[in-house]
Amino acid sequence: MARKQPMQRRVITTAAAWIVGLAIFFPILWTVITSFKTELEAFSTPPKFLFFDWTLENYAIVDERSDYFRFAMNSVILSVGSTIIALLFAIPAAWAMAFAPGKRTKDLLLWMLSTKMMPPVGALIPIYLIFRDADLLDSRAGLVAVLFLLNLPIVVWMLYTYFKEIPGEILEAARMDGATLWKELVFVLAPMAVPGIASTILLNVILAWNEAFWTLNLTTSDAAPLTVFIASYSSPEGLFWAKLSAASTMAIAPILILGWFAQRQLVRGLTFGAVK
Amino acid sequence: MGTIALKNVQKRFGDVEVIPGVDLAINNGEFVVFVGPSGCGKSTLLRLIAGLEDTSGGEIVIDGIDVANVPPARRGLSMVFQSYALYPHMSVRNNIAFGLKMAGQPKEMIDQKVTKAAATLNLTDYLDRKPRALSGGQRQRVAIGRAIVREPKAFLFDEPLSNLDAALRVQMRLEIMQLHSSLGSTMIYVTHDQVEAMTMADRIVVLNKGRIEQVGTPLELYNRPDSLFVAGFIGSPRMNLLQGEPAQALGAQIVGIRPEHLTLSTSGGQWPGTILIAEHLGSDTYLHIDGDGLGRITARAPGEFPHGAGGKVWMTPDMNRVHRFDSQGKAMRA
Repeated sequence: MARKQPMQRRVITTAAAWIVGLAIFFPILWTVITSFKTELEAFSTPPKFLFFDWTLENYAIVDERSDYFRFAMNSVILSVGSTIIALLFAIPAAWAMAFAPGKRTKDLLLWMLSTKMMPPVGALIPIYLIFRDADLLDSRAGLVAVLFLLNLPIVVWMLYTYFKEIPGEILEAARMDGATLWKELVFVLAPMAVPGIASTILLNVILAWNEAFWTLNLTTSDAAPLTVFIASYSSPEGLFWAKLSAASTMAIAPILILGWFAQRQLVRGLTFGAVK
Repeated sequence: MGTIALKNVQKRFGDVEVIPGVDLAINNGEFVVFVGPSGCGKSTLLRLIAGLEDTSGGEIVIDGIDVANVPPARRGLSMVFQSYALYPHMSVRNNIAFGLKMAGQPKEMIDQKVTKAAATLNLTDYLDRKPRALSGGQRQRVAIGRAIVREPKAFLFDEPLSNLDAALRVQMRLEIMQLHSSLGSTMIYVTHDQVEAMTMADRIVVLNKGRIEQVGTPLELYNRPDSLFVAGFIGSPRMNLLQGEPAQALGAQIVGIRPEHLTLSTSGGQWPGTILIAEHLGSDTYLHIDGDGLGRITARAPGEFPHGAGGKVWMTPDMNRVHRFDSQGKAMRA
């Protein structure tokens, strides 16, 4: 009996985990399935789950009607660009806070995070006006800057927690061994922090890729990423569920594939420091 | 050469004065141990010498040159850390070679030095392994190898053995002592373990609250402690410190007598007492005795001492080896 109890509990927790996992995944699955239906079937009640005439026509129409690759390319530029710039600032910042903390380092970190607590709409009007006056509306450079600033606190925080895990004595040993600050960063800190830096990059590319509020409000066409591409299908012409689903599937596919291959890194990244 | 002189070296962290001002001269080739309880500033002092902390005042003179404002690498010192601080992503070979690479030495010379150091430290078979595939003792040897190859003016050890188990600690202690006699380099060794201090040091520096309590050879500190603090810290088991009547009889505030300087008898003697606990170590027996009117006293008896807990004993101190202290805790000497 004593041994059965944990087994039972394991079955229950496994089942619960699957249920929660499926519930989270279901909207994505439903979007993908809907994208293969005709508009009529997409509306049908009761909804059809798997037994309908599978079609690719929505993809063909979406591809024909809008330039997917232009949007996709903008998404890549915005997400990767903003992440790289964020890293350039965040690595030295996190290094300083982790290995040479001052009296106010903790406050500074908290303050940085607090900027994420404000609803973005609160800053929309001033930023919109600045963008308008600086002629940055619908420009990639402007959006890269916004996304970079938006995610910088998270990048700094993540890197800071990774760097904190690296024993300071190892860096001191490098210093005793004659490494300059630069060599210490390149030959000792960076190789040890590679997993952390990699998962930071991944997470921030995903966050920037999915960012909709600023991209929708500050772009129209030239700099518009895939979020705008999706939104363009919830149009005044009426709702086209199947086409909207096809567009959404196309928009999330790259990041979903990236996430799938990197899931190990991501999980490690998000739980790093929590479990030793 | 490796002479090190500290001249009024001070360290403050904000408003907290950790080291109010230390003066010390270390001779070339000397093995000096900094010892003291945790928080006494011994590691901080070592880190100041290494250059890993900036001084708040004073001079650190190595071979005649004040290096207080010189970065760590250019002080010509090597350090072995408590946590080994090996580079986990590098092989043993690269760990040992890192300092030489940073110094831009030619590859052949680096290979030659690494091979020689590995042979000295029995690491030849492990050169291509990563630190995580090594045992604690081997890791510590790699850390020592990393220090040796740079041929420093002096070695700094920061509690290097405290992460090892007892048996390995004794072995590594001997290896470090052998290394010292073969290299003849100046070594500064920080520990809180007074046995390490007694067995390894040419001279011991006892630190308390950032100040030097006493500097001397192990036997000087053992035989002639300047203060109550040193008396209580050096020697194992600790010196018995007695107040009241036995102290007044000798004109002191406190008298100290080491457990090994008490003669025990079951028939009669100066101080009667009852055995509380008898610890049999084989070679010796340590008796924890409730002395009548004296409090708890530890005494060393022969290994075969026949009496256990509850037994009645008399203790007679060797009067030549009783230490007298005044009300300030300073040693009173005739």
